[in-house]
Amino acid sequence: MDFQGDACTKTEAKKGAKTKKQKRMNECKDVEAETSVQADSVEEEAAFPPNFSVSEIKNKQRRHFMFMKLKQEKRKVAVVDTQMFIRIYDETTVNPEDEEVAFDEGTDEFSSYFNRLTNPKVLITTSDRPRGRTVRFCEQLSTAVPDSHVYYRRGLALKRVIPQCISRGFTFLIVINEDRKVPNGMVLCHLPNGPTAHFKVSSVRLRKEMKRRGKDPTEHSPEVILNNFTTRLGHSIGRMFAALFPHDPQFIGRQVATFHNQRDFIFFRFHRYIFKNEKKVGIQELGPRFTLKLRSLQKGTFDSKYGEYEWVHKRHEMDSSRRKFHL
Amino acid sequence: MASKSQSCSIWVGSETGILKGVSLSKQQAFNFCEMSCLSRDQEVCVLEWGDPLESEVLVGCANGTVKAFSTEKGIFTESKECGDATQGKFTGLAMMDGSLVTCAESGILKVWKEGCTDTIEINVGNGVCRMRQNPSRRSQVATGGKENPLKVWDLERPDKAIFTAKNVKNDWLDLRVPVWVRDIGFIPDSDKIVTCTGYHQMRVYDPSSPQRRPVLEAEFGEYPLTALSLPASQGTVVVGNTHGQLAVLDLRKGLVRGCLKGLAGGVRGLQCHPTLPLVASCGLDRFLRVHSLEDRSLLHKVYLKSRLNCVLLSSRNLELSGADLSGEVEEVKQEGEEDGETDEVWDAMETVTDKTNKRATEKAAEENAVKGPKKRRKVAKK
Repeated sequence: MDFQGDACTKTEAKKGAKTKKQKRMNECKDVEAETSVQADSVEEEAAFPPNFSVSEIKNKQRRHFMFMKLKQEKRKVAVVDTQMFIRIYDETTVNPEDEEVAFDEGTDEFSSYFNRLTNPKVLITTSDRPRGRTVRFCEQLSTAVPDSHVYYRRGLALKRVIPQCISRGFTFLIVINEDRKVPNGMVLCHLPNGPTAHFKVSSVRLRKEMKRRGKDPTEHSPEVILNNFTTRLGHSIGRMFAALFPHDPQFIGRQVATFHNQRDFIFFRFHRYIFKNEKKVGIQELGPRFTLKLRSLQKGTFDSKYGEYEWVHKRHEMDSSRRKFHL
Repeated sequence: MASKSQSCSIWVGSETGILKGVSLSKQQAFNFCEMSCLSRDQEVCVLEWGDPLESEVLVGCANGTVKAFSTEKGIFTESKECGDATQGKFTGLAMMDGSLVTCAESGILKVWKEGCTDTIEINVGNGVCRMRQNPSRRSQVATGGKENPLKVWDLERPDKAIFTAKNVKNDWLDLRVPVWVRDIGFIPDSDKIVTCTGYHQMRVYDPSSPQRRPVLEAEFGEYPLTALSLPASQGTVVVGNTHGQLAVLDLRKGLVRGCLKGLAGGVRGLQCHPTLPLVASCGLDRFLRVHSLEDRSLLHKVYLKSRLNCVLLSSRNLELSGADLSGEVEEVKQEGEEDGETDEVWDAMETVTDKTNKRATEKAAEENAVKGPKKRRKVAKK
């Protein structure tokens, strides 16, 4: 189930060409179709004697053919067994017609954004004394998020920064934490009194490390795509990401920011697209790319000591099953 | 509808203002509300039994109204204005000889008599977090809050508190130890009172002794303790903190007897069953969990779509039949009070699964699934 907020649009043509993962999924689906057809044709032929292996066939062509068939069958089995198809059913999965959840979401902390009462204004900062990589990451992130400002931290306490941000009309505070010269954590705090999410950041790729990248992003507001946020917790996080960007995307800019959730990892990508014709889309990756994993969601603004946590990742209790995911 | 409310053994109040009843025997949860007039200012702050027979539930809302819900009829019977939103949310409700006692966050404790309009009012100090009534002596209530030490009041003599706790000695840096009482419990068969604080301490006070300082102090964890409950068996107390950790603490030495696992969000409400060794917990992760205190295992887990504020257990047997594997969440319509709600929406509600039997079968399936790929990997390396 794909989540749609106010600023999101999805085109079917784009979806097929979007990410490498989805391309591979499509390939696998084609392979499945082929093997099913081949399996049907083989069943009509004679059965093989027992204790027979493929390498005993003397005819080279036929041996090669049987080997490729075996390989594809193995691949088909492997694809079916992969965990993205067998996820334990989560009882907190949101049913779109559920009135209670709709009321809950309609009156939560993001309601003022989704009712178009406030516009997002983002403050990006880091932990104290950031190194070059983190500084460049923050600058690139601020070009990806419109109406964002980067400030140097100067060793200030976040609890003192937050009231000042509120008085200056900021709606979001992003703090990129750095460890050993590399960004590794992100605190995303919705400002008036909203939830604070703490993520683990990994796999950060800056612009110059991207292959085949396009020119720098322009000032146009991007479209936002939120994939696979199905559970109630996923919904809250998805709404949080959606509230970072302005309500109306400027389609002239042809830019899109994607938050794709897979197995509790959120992949952020920033692309520019162009429609070559009705069905074909070309995409260019701009902007930074990073992976997030939610560590905790706290109700209220940043207060790690005395705040109440809505969800905390507890490794030993929650990571015991390989098929259970929470977002 | 009446039958549904009669079968409910656990009552939960949520932040959206919905009173939910959970029936463990039927494995179902019911919402008792009017969907058309939901609002956040009806957020349920406190739940309390209206009478010793447990036929009435008193619901304290954030906008200052106290509603009475009859469990036999399954509808809200009356609603009373007991203050307004400026006084803060309710922190405690109690029934004493037919009169209602309410306490708000600003410290105004009022006793509302039936029929009369005059009330006894006591100011217990600002920043109250909890008010609880002594189950053995119904005229005594205890209050406590942030920078508001534990005070025990007798409502027949409301001028002065009968017991005010004294703060502990200055710590090793000679600094005053801050006070933040989050929850209070009266230990049965004795005079003692146990409190849990926002600075992860658990303290036991004895009003009958000349010592006004705590008799016992114990610490648990690094996060504020938000809820406390005393089980039927003497000598222990169950506490929960904002990180979702539930622990059973020993009252004789102040040690941790064990932890109850499973919660992912902060604990907002905790209650032990009066006779059975069970504890029900609800919190911000939108689940109601029932643990057994003997082996600290999870018996029931119910998903209740809104953040939960308080929980109330009935004293009768909860009829734990763990054989059922699936249940349903249903809407209970207030007939005649709501307009045009459709039944189809509620028939399509998601199921609430029971965890007990599933865990055994799931674990076996998981082990087989995990062993498979591991074996393949080992062979490949060779």
